[in-house]
Amino acid sequence: MTAVKAILITLMLALSGPAFAVQPDEILDDPVLEERARDLSSGLRCLVCRNESIDESNADLARDMRILVRERLVAGDTDAEVISFLVDRFGEYVLLRPTTQGSNIALWLAAPALFLIAFGGALVYLRGRARAKTEARGLSADEQKRLDELLSE
Amino acid sequence: MIVELGHFALILAFAVALAQTVIPLVGAHKGWRDWMGVASPMASVQFALTAFAYAALTYAFVVSDFSVKLVVDNSHTLKPLIYKLSGVWGNHEGSLLLWVLILTLFGASAAWFGGNLPRSLQARVLAVQSGVTASFMAFTIFTSNPFTRLAQPPFDGTDLNPLLQDPGLAFHPPFLYLGYVGLSMAFSFAVAALIEGRVDAAWGRWVRPWTLAAWVFLTIGIALGSWWAYYELGWGGYWFWDPVENASLMPWLFAAALLHSAIVVEKREALKSWTILLAILGFGFSLMGTFIVRSGLLTSVHAFASDPDRGIFILIIIAGFLGGALTLFAFRANALEAKGVFSTVSRESALVMNNVLLAVSSFVVFIGTMWPLVSEMVFDRVLSVGPPFFDAAFTPFAVALAMILPIGAMLPWKRGDIARAMKPLWGIMVFSLAMGALVWAMQTGSSAIVPVGVALGLWVVFGAAADLWMRTGRGTIGNRLARLGRLPRADWGKATAHSGLGMTVFAVAALTGWQSEDIRVLQIGESFEKGGYTLTLAGVERVQGPNYTSTMGIIEAERDGEPVSILRPEKRFYPIAGMPTTEAAINYKIHRDLYVTLGDPQDNGGWAVRTYIKPFANWLWMGCALMALGGLLSLSDRRYRVAAGAKKRVSPNAVPAE
Repeated sequence: MTAVKAILITLMLALSGPAFAVQPDEILDDPVLEERARDLSSGLRCLVCRNESIDESNADLARDMRILVRERLVAGDTDAEVISFLVDRFGEYVLLRPTTQGSNIALWLAAPALFLIAFGGALVYLRGRARAKTEARGLSADEQKRLDELLSE
Repeated sequence: MIVELGHFALILAFAVALAQTVIPLVGAHKGWRDWMGVASPMASVQFALTAFAYAALTYAFVVSDFSVKLVVDNSHTLKPLIYKLSGVWGNHEGSLLLWVLILTLFGASAAWFGGNLPRSLQARVLAVQSGVTASFMAFTIFTSNPFTRLAQPPFDGTDLNPLLQDPGLAFHPPFLYLGYVGLSMAFSFAVAALIEGRVDAAWGRWVRPWTLAAWVFLTIGIALGSWWAYYELGWGGYWFWDPVENASLMPWLFAAALLHSAIVVEKREALKSWTILLAILGFGFSLMGTFIVRSGLLTSVHAFASDPDRGIFILIIIAGFLGGALTLFAFRANALEAKGVFSTVSRESALVMNNVLLAVSSFVVFIGTMWPLVSEMVFDRVLSVGPPFFDAAFTPFAVALAMILPIGAMLPWKRGDIARAMKPLWGIMVFSLAMGALVWAMQTGSSAIVPVGVALGLWVVFGAAADLWMRTGRGTIGNRLARLGRLPRADWGKATAHSGLGMTVFAVAALTGWQSEDIRVLQIGESFEKGGYTLTLAGVERVQGPNYTSTMGIIEAERDGEPVSILRPEKRFYPIAGMPTTEAAINYKIHRDLYVTLGDPQDNGGWAVRTYIKPFANWLWMGCALMALGGLLSLSDRRYRVAAGAKKRVSPNAVPAE
């Protein structure tokens, strides 16, 4: 039984892999650089994960990318340079914040445009409501018929 | 045998559902009372049959019948009973059966509690509801049969995904489904009203409780899922703007808009066609959510059962119901004349603004969620749309909503005056802004998130309290206090739910702006300081669970020499599923959570330990709970109870035939 347990524990340690996002050994000594690294990695997508940033992900690839980001920062790259370095290698897919170039303009303008349209529509409707007359409407045909029925009973 | 009976019951229920879709509709059209009359008993029969099918599947899970494929794939003899029960819906086929069960439950409820509805409206509502149910039953029976047997049953099962073996997540799906499916009632009412060509105050009163119930369930479901992510994923994130989360947020926003606009229909007979449209879109987005989760079209952390064929089936359902309803809407919307006239400054207008903000923000979430797909197909650009986009695009709407809420809630119906509505609010506004400024001056760093969150949170919470106070009218303080207790529950519900929103806004801001983190390697016996606490790694133990093994860290937390708590973060390993999970240890306090996770053993013999101070995290869950509670209070308002009781005094014969 103990042998089984020992095997299980070994297996567990082998399989469990990195159970952490940022590992202590990745952290840079310079707190300013580390802060920048964390900010950058929370905006970069882990390529093999299903919608996680490399800052959150436990995958090995995410770890490699985190280390890559830190290497570039230590080498003296600006934030923009690190980002373009990664985009050159992995494509636009790596950016969790979509760029504002080309067709993406439509995405970024969607919120303000939709709001203006809806707001404008609402205003027109509200003005119409305010101006509408409180005319006393007669009965509808059905209601008149029903009234006649009741009266004739 | 029981499993086969369950399968058979589901097929029978499908047959009943088809009949219930057709017969009452024809009856209502021709005015045949007996044809309309079959709808109610049929809805009950449908529910009973589906409940039996569901019970049969549950039985297979409980007794671990490994000749059923679904049980093999999602269960194991060693699994605790509660997860055998939750395992029924922890997979595509079973969760679909639960979805169908809830659809029939709502249909049956409309039959049981809808006796005060006009006969033809009730018949049509039940027919439309049954049509939706029938299509999902067909989906279950023909593409996702949960009752499939195996020719050669294995000795044991392959266990449920360990991430799902958790109390928070076990009850997350049923609540979410109650919410999604609850919106089907609003949809059925909307379509039935369009067929009838008549929407009046009474319709608003009937549709609102269903919407309110759906919204309450969605709120609880989303909060449970978010809480689960918070303690289970190991770093305290609670919202990721993941497609599946967005899929639940969109109907939630629509339901929130709908339950506000239904008030306008009920009280003022205005906004009728808009309310109908919201009801259709709300359920449409629920269906869209199902499609996103089950089709595998969008990658997500939560998606299960990614299968394109199933996706196409759901797409056909969406196209059929949404397309049909919207076409009907296009033809009939003009017939729905608005009666109530109101000025530009009035409660009605404020609720229109509420609807504009909620609906537009929901559409923005929708566009962001679908954009990667559109971009890839149309522009050939493979890209991601992640949290930074949603934060930037969604937050302004939430802020605007919180800003106008207290003023709008205070405005009278028909004709209002901003200056008058603001009278009791000026003090609160000044106080909120002052507190925001104080926080901004006291904190280190220049982030405006928390100050804005504090100001908005106070503004909304105290605004809700002021609204309640103003409802008590004039008089001495004693009189007004006495009247406070006699206010309708709807007023209390409104104030409670709005305060919940204010609390949530504040908590989100505090968590975003103030949380702090620490990652380090600790040797056994070593201590460190974090946020005023001294944490010591006292030891690491191996623990054997029922169907997992665990590495448990023992971390003693002290403050000023006084012991605060012993935290036991775990790394679990589920050998059958071959998956590790992390179990964070959290010390919950009213003003902060102390959150610790255990990482890997290091080469030098130490252990990686991650510690967070999460300020006001509990306020987030309390805020959600208050919103749900407010909804429940409002649901228990006298006008719904009286309306429900009224039918008992009226004998069925007194209802005139149309």
